[in-house]
Amino acid sequence: MADVSLQTTPRARSGRRNLRLWLPLAWISTLVLAAVLAPLIAPHDPLYQDLFLERLPPFFMAGTEPGYWLGTDSLGRDVLSRVIYGTRIALCVSLIAATATCLVGSTLGLLAGFFGGWWDRVISRLIEIWMAFPPVLFAVLLVAVMGTGLTSVIVAIALIDWTRFARVIRAETMVQAQMDYVDSAQIGGARRLTTLVSEILPNVLPSIVALLMLEMGIAVIVEAILSFVNLSLSSDVATWGSMIAEGRNAIHFAWWVLLFPLIALFLTVLSFSQLGEGLKQRFDPVLQ
Amino acid sequence: MAVPLTCPQTDPAPALFSVRGLRLSFPDSAHKPLFAPAPRIEVLKGLDLDLPKGQITGIVGESGSGKSTLGRVLVRLMRPDAGQVLLNGQDISTLNEAALRPLRRNLQMIFQDPMSSLNPRHKVWRIVAAPLARYECGSAPQIGLAERRDQALRALERVGLDPGFGERYPHELSGGQRQRVGIARAIALEPEFILADEIVSGLDVSSQAQVLSLLKSLAQEMNLTIAFISHDLSVIRHLCDNVIVLNRGEILENGSVEQVFSAPQSDITRLLLDAIPLPELDDKWFD
Repeated sequence: MADVSLQTTPRARSGRRNLRLWLPLAWISTLVLAAVLAPLIAPHDPLYQDLFLERLPPFFMAGTEPGYWLGTDSLGRDVLSRVIYGTRIALCVSLIAATATCLVGSTLGLLAGFFGGWWDRVISRLIEIWMAFPPVLFAVLLVAVMGTGLTSVIVAIALIDWTRFARVIRAETMVQAQMDYVDSAQIGGARRLTTLVSEILPNVLPSIVALLMLEMGIAVIVEAILSFVNLSLSSDVATWGSMIAEGRNAIHFAWWVLLFPLIALFLTVLSFSQLGEGLKQRFDPVLQ
Repeated sequence: MAVPLTCPQTDPAPALFSVRGLRLSFPDSAHKPLFAPAPRIEVLKGLDLDLPKGQITGIVGESGSGKSTLGRVLVRLMRPDAGQVLLNGQDISTLNEAALRPLRRNLQMIFQDPMSSLNPRHKVWRIVAAPLARYECGSAPQIGLAERRDQALRALERVGLDPGFGERYPHELSGGQRQRVGIARAIALEPEFILADEIVSGLDVSSQAQVLSLLKSLAQEMNLTIAFISHDLSVIRHLCDNVIVLNRGEILENGSVEQVFSAPQSDITRLLLDAIPLPELDDKWFD
C-alpha cells in the first residue's frame, strides 16, 4: 500500500476513485431517466411492427431510413425504442430482485456468523445444498412451476442467489465477531442482538453494499438469460434478453438487433459492479 | 489515596472480589479422538485469591499462564467450570447474561488492543456514550442524545482528550490516544472494578508512562479497584499495591508489591524479577 501511495498523490487517487463512482452513476441515471421518460423519448412504439421496414441498418450505414437510429429488427420494430423500453424491465428486476436477495442472504449470513452453533449448522447446510443445484436450471424450473411474469423472475432470482450473500456475509461476520469490540459491547451491557445490529452490521455493511451492486448487475443478466430461453416475460414486453434472443436468429444479416441491447446490458452490469466498489471506497471511513 | 492510619498489613482492606477454587479448562480439539469428547486442557487449576477494595492488584505471568483467562472470568466474559467468584459476597460465577447485565455496570474492562476494541465505524464519542446510554447514567431516566454526548465528552476530558476528539474515528488517533478512549469508556460508568488487560503492551515507552500515570491518578480519584494484567514486572512495581504471580494456572506468589519484590518465594518469580532491565546507568557508559 505504501509504495503505491508514493507514486500517486492523494488527490490523483481520490480523482480516480470519484471516476469509479461518477461514471457508473451517470450511466445508471441515464437508464433511470430512459425508463421513466420512455414514452416521451422513444421515437417509435416498441411493439409496432412494420414489415416494409424490416432489418433496417443503424444510422451510420447505407440504406437506412430517417428516424430509425439503431435500425429495426426482423419484424420492423425500432431497436432504439425497444432498448429504451427494455430499461424499465432491467431496472425493475435489478432493483427489486437484488434488494430481496440481499435482505434474505445477508440476514441469514449475519445470524449464522454471529450466533454460530445450531444457527450456523442449519444455515450452512442449507447453503451447501442450495449451491449444489445448477442455478440456471433451478431458475428455469422455478419459473416453469410459478409461471412466467415479472414476479416469478424476481422470486426466482432471490431464491437462487441468496447464497452468494449468505456465504460472504457469514464469513465476514465471523471475522468481526472475533474483534474485541464485540466483547467490549458485552462488557458495556449490550444484548447480543443489539451488538449484532449496532456493532457488527456497520462493519459488514460495505461488503453488503458492494455485493448488492454486484447482484443488481447479476439480476439483469439472469433476467436476460430467462428471456433468452423465453421464460421471463410474455413476448409483448420489450426486454434486452428477448431482444438478444431474437437477434441471435438474424445475426448474419442484422447484427445490430443483437449488439445494441448487448452493449446496454454490458454497460449496466459493469456500472453496477463498479458502483459497488466506488461506494465502498467513498463511504468507508477507514479506507479514506 | 486516603491512607488509613492503621497499618495495611494488620488491617487488610475488605475484598471486592473473592475467588475460591476457580477452575477452568478448554477442550483440546487438536487431540480429539474420533468418537470421544476432546481432552481438556486445564488453564486455571483451583485458584484462591482476593482483590482488596480500592487497590490495584497486578497479575503477572508468562504467556499461557492463565492471567488473561483469570481476568476474563472476573468480568464474566468466560464462565468457570468450578469454583466461586464472589463479588461483594455475591457469587457471579454461574449467573446468566441477563442476570449479569445489571452487574456489568460495575465491572468494566480496558482491552489490550484498542484498534480491535474500539469499533472502527463509530465516532469516539459514540463509543464512550454507548454503555452510558444502556445504563442511563446520571440525571433523568430518558436523557437526550445531546446530553449523553456531553457526558461522553466529559469522560474524554477526564482522560485528557479535548472534546474535539469526540468527532474523530478511532483510526484517526494515535495508539496512546486510543488507549485513553478505552479508559474513558471504562470509567464513564463510574464502576467499582476495572480489568486492565495488558493495556500498555502495544504502546511506546513514553505513551506507556502517560497511560499508566493516568490510570493511577484515576484509580485514586475514583477509589477504583483494578486488576492489572501484565507480563512486565517493572510496570507492576510502578503501579500496583499487590501482585499475584501466576504460572501454568497456579498461583506462585500473592502479596503486597514490597513483599513479593523484596522476598520472592519461588524461583520463577526470581527469574522474572531478574529479567527487569535496571534503570541505573553505568558510570563508565559515557566514556
